[in-house]
Formats: sequence, C-alpha cells, structure tokens
Amino acid sequence: MRNLLRRTALALASALMLASGAASADKLKVGFIYIGPPGDFGWTYAHDQGRLQIEKELGDRVETTYVENVPEGPDAERAIAKLAETGHELIFTTSFGYMEPTLKVAKRFPNVKFEHATGYQRADNVATYNAKFYEGRYVQGVIAGKMSKTNTVGYIASFPIPEVIMGINSFLLGAHSVNPNIKVKIVWAYTWFDPPKEADAAKVLMDQGADIITQHTDSTAALQAAAERGVMAFGQASDMIKFAPKTQLTSIIDEWGPYYVERTKEVLDGTWKSTDTWHGMSDGLVVMAPYTNMPADVAALAAKTAEDIRTGKLHPFTGPIYNQDGELVLEAGKTADDGMLAGMMYYIKGIDDKVPN
Amino acid sequence: MTELIIASVMTMMTAATPLIFAATGELVCEKSGVLNLGVEGMMLIGAVFGFAAVSITGQPLIGVVAGITAGALASLIFGVLTLSLLSNQVATGLALTIFGTGLSALFGLEYVGKTIEQIEPIHIPLLTDLPIIGRILFGHDPLVYFAIVILLITAWFLGRSRWGMVLRAVGDSDQSAHAIGYRVILIRYAAVAFGGAMAGLGGAYLSLAYTPLWAENMTAGRGWIALALVVFASWRPGRVLFGAVLFGGITILQLNAQAAGLGIPASYMSMLPYIATIVVLVLISRDSTRIRLNAPACLGRSFRAER
Repeated sequence: MRNLLRRTALALASALMLASGAASADKLKVGFIYIGPPGDFGWTYAHDQGRLQIEKELGDRVETTYVENVPEGPDAERAIAKLAETGHELIFTTSFGYMEPTLKVAKRFPNVKFEHATGYQRADNVATYNAKFYEGRYVQGVIAGKMSKTNTVGYIASFPIPEVIMGINSFLLGAHSVNPNIKVKIVWAYTWFDPPKEADAAKVLMDQGADIITQHTDSTAALQAAAERGVMAFGQASDMIKFAPKTQLTSIIDEWGPYYVERTKEVLDGTWKSTDTWHGMSDGLVVMAPYTNMPADVAALAAKTAEDIRTGKLHPFTGPIYNQDGELVLEAGKTADDGMLAGMMYYIKGIDDKVPN
Repeated sequence: MTELIIASVMTMMTAATPLIFAATGELVCEKSGVLNLGVEGMMLIGAVFGFAAVSITGQPLIGVVAGITAGALASLIFGVLTLSLLSNQVATGLALTIFGTGLSALFGLEYVGKTIEQIEPIHIPLLTDLPIIGRILFGHDPLVYFAIVILLITAWFLGRSRWGMVLRAVGDSDQSAHAIGYRVILIRYAAVAFGGAMAGLGGAYLSLAYTPLWAENMTAGRGWIALALVVFASWRPGRVLFGAVLFGGITILQLNAQAAGLGIPASYMSMLPYIATIVVLVLISRDSTRIRLNAPACLGRSFRAER
C-alpha cells in the first residue's frame, strides 16, 4: 500500500515536472553574464538595456535571465555553465575576460549558442560581437582637441588589451586632427568598475593638469569627480548627462538592442550561425549622446565628424600612422583593417608612456 | 609642482579615511577578543544606508548617523550569533560579509543612479588660506578630522583609561576577567558594536564624501584591507594610522606616477600599495615579543563562563 502510494506520488511529481518543463520549453531562454551591476549606468547598464529590448520585442516567445557581478576567471565558468545547465539556449557573455570560460563551457554544451562580447576567439557555437567604439573615441578626441585649454587630456584606462589601446589611439588621432599639440595622460586602473578608484584616478589626472577627462571604466564616478571641480568630461557606454549636467560633453552610447534582438530571432528561426560582428556607427551600434556644454561650432564639427564616420567617408585609422618608435604602420591613404585593430597592442606616435605588459 | 604635492597630500588623506575608520573599529573589536571578519559587509551596509538617508532627507549629518547605526546593528547580528549563541567567529564574520554585500545591493537597487550633495571640505577664513599648510591642515571635509579624532580617542582609551584596560583584559584572558567580576559578554558586545559603527561610518564616508553615489560593491575590498591593517600593525593604534595613510598614500602616488608618465610598468604600480603596506608594517613589527604582547590572547575564541 505504501509502495503504491509512493509510486503514485513519484509519477505525479514527474508528470508535473514534465508538464511545467514542457510549458517553459515553449519559451526560448536567453541568459546574460554581466561583469558589473546594471546599476553602473555604464557598460553593464547598456547591455541590460539590450536585454530589455529583447523582452520588449520578443517577450511572448523569449524569457531572459541575467547574472551580474561575475568576476572574470574561474567563477565565470561556473556561472556560464549554470546557465547552460538550466535550459538556456542562447547565452551572452558581456566582457572580454570571459573568453576562455565561454569557450570551455561551449565545448561541454555543443547545443547551446554563445555570444561573447569584445572577444576574438570563436567556435561552432560561439560567436563574437563588438562595437566600433573607437569611432566614438575619434569624435571625442576631436571635441577634446578643440575644448582643452591646457592641451592635456586625462584618460582613465582599465586593462591593457587591444580594445582599450585602440580606443586611446583613436582618441588621440581625433584630437591631433584638430590640435597637434594635445597630449594625453593615461592612468591604468586595472579594474572595469571601482567607483572610488575611478574618482581617485580622475582627481590625480586633474591635479596633473588635465582639463578634460575621459574613461574606459564603467561607472559615473570619474565624471562626477570631474564635475565637482567643474572639469569637462566624457561619459562612457551610456548617456551619463544627469550625473554631470554642466560638464558632460558627450558620451559613446552602446546600442546593443538591435543586435541582440536579431541574434535571438535567428536562434528562434534556427538560422543562427557563429559569426564575428563588428559594427559601428554605420549600423547604429555606436551612437553619440547629444553634444552638450560646448560652443555651437564645436558641436557642429563633432556632429559632422560622426556623420562622416557613419557614412564611411572618414575612417579614424587612416594612414599615414606611425607607432611610438616612429615606424610607419599604416601607409598614407590606406585605412586600417579589422585585423590590425583587433590586435593593436602599441601606441601611436604622440604618447610618451609605454604600454603596460 | 607645489600645487600637485598639496593636491596629492589632500587626496591621500581622504583615501586613508575610510580605512582609518574601519581599522580603528576592528582594532577595538579584536582587542576585546572578538575576530569580526565582516568588515567589508558592514562598510557596504553603512554606505548604502548612509546614502539612502541623505537621498531622502538631504541632510549629510543624518546620513552619517544612519551609516553608523546601520553598521552597528549589522555587527550586532554577528554579536548575537557569536557571543550569545557561541557560533564560530570566523565563519560568522565571513557570513556577515556576504550578507552585508547582498543586503546592501538589494536595498541599494532603488538608489543606483541617484546623486546627492557631496559633503564639502571645510573652509576656515584665515587658516585655510594659509599657503601650503592651509589646505593640508584645514581644508578637509569634517569626517577626515573626525577619523583622526576617533583614532586618538581610541588610542587613549585603550592605553590609558580604566575601561580600556578592562577591555584588553577581556581580550587577553577572558576567564580571569570574568573571575574578577567583569561582564565579559557585555563588554564584547560593546566592542563589536563600536567596530560595526566605525565600519559603517567608513563605508558611509565612501558614499557621502568620496564619491556621491551608491554602486554595488563600491568598497571594492577596502574592508579586507582594513582588517589586514589591524593585524599587520600588531594591534597598535599609531601603527594603524600609519598603515592606513601609507596604503592610501601609495595608491594615490602610483596613480600620480602613472599619469606623470614615469615609465614604471603600471601593473607593478598597481601592486605597490599592497606590497608596500605589508612589507613596511611587517618590518616595523618584527619583534615577536612585542607582537605577542599586543595580540589579544583570546582572539577568536568563544567565551563560556566556567563558573
């Protein structure tokens, strides 16, 4: 009698589980791994906005999950695997340092599709995607070149990877195009997100004479530290104007929404393939925030520069370009191809520091 | 150049302040024999509740009080578990860190992206305008001075007051203190609460004066550094101050050196604050007798009255 009862209970339970499993199997589960909190109002916030757009447009067929504050390293592998184990068929890993963990997990789960942001290694089920932020950096450089009175710009960098270095180079190319005397002071914070440290870095750069601050870290702290002293700065990854209404010049906004929706649709249709996507202004992936706190002619120049990049008339990395040692790395008139940029680990001429190794 | 030096010294002091608060609190707590590893969690709780209070009321003072209270209450959870229920102090402290990190993130969700009025540095008409020393001595925000005052009071309390001696006795030999008639558990509760209050204040300093914003995990490990400072300073208040200023100072110096383009690899510079602080403190504290004299003998051991 007890046996019968137990077996009935088990059967009922498994039937219920199957039923609920079947019910949720109707919806595609999409997972996200974030390096920081959506509340950074920077990098992760922009990715989360993309995730919300998926829910808005495909909410009846898709449900999304996200895991935030996942450190790059062994713990990332655990987090990604957890998502793969729990029925997520499409997983976005939104930081460079997730490259190895993503590839490892992808080997274990060949039926799950992975999208790795800002990486350079793919597999059959791992695609990479990135945005041409350097286009935005060029526009920022043009603005800085026009606006700086001390000819010194403070640059808060995170880690010495090609992504960050090409950003610095592009910024300087833009600045030099309007002001050959401008110099950039670089501080490596070795973090993507540490508000007090970013504020410290901004203060230090300002103490050393920088009158414009730009960053490749994720929070609003540097912008706010600069605003406190009335120093102009650029926001990062999202429009940070409400944190510095009188001092933000512009910001590079990462518009991940359209790409995320497109890829999710491909998984739903079964047409998803591993690709490497590197889109920029021309595809609407990189957008500049409104140009504020600057004279009308500078805003107009910035807008024109951005428009030229968007239509393809201007490429930030157009030769002749010399590296720090004075060697010609790009001939006159030629534009850099994606490969050259993706592996860029050297500074261009005009920066006195050495790239940290 | 002088301008740069003045500015650097100013920033060094503000960088050291949260560490001074947290380390002083933990010093008192450990001197009474309780090892509270939850400093990071308590700092975050202080940061978020302090920020929330200022966001709601617009009064920095209320924010400071809120940070202190929140930190103290959080530490009392630890207190009840370890002092009354006799749980393992190390494990409970770690749990407090994790709890504090999570609770602050949850509570702080609605405050992310909000901004408040930063606590402003003071300005005394004649004194602050003195050349060079004016701003270094008289141009900080009030909490920097408060940190130093608290440290001095703590040093006096531990070294020269009767109740400070009782606290140390409780930390060195709890059974003897109990035998003489002192309420060991009560004294330890007070020490734990003070530790929590100071950690909360250190966290609140970060979100109210350092960067006027709340972000998850914004302490980024400073609680652990404060914890380490107490040990490496062999439980002496003067050394704690020195260690905090050294750590904060080198952090700022290495950023300055990078910005100045001195050419030293940035990855080494990044390690410098941690290595320098450990090396210096270990060197000046290498007299093992001294260490044994200063370390609370009952640190981490639960107290259960024998009679």
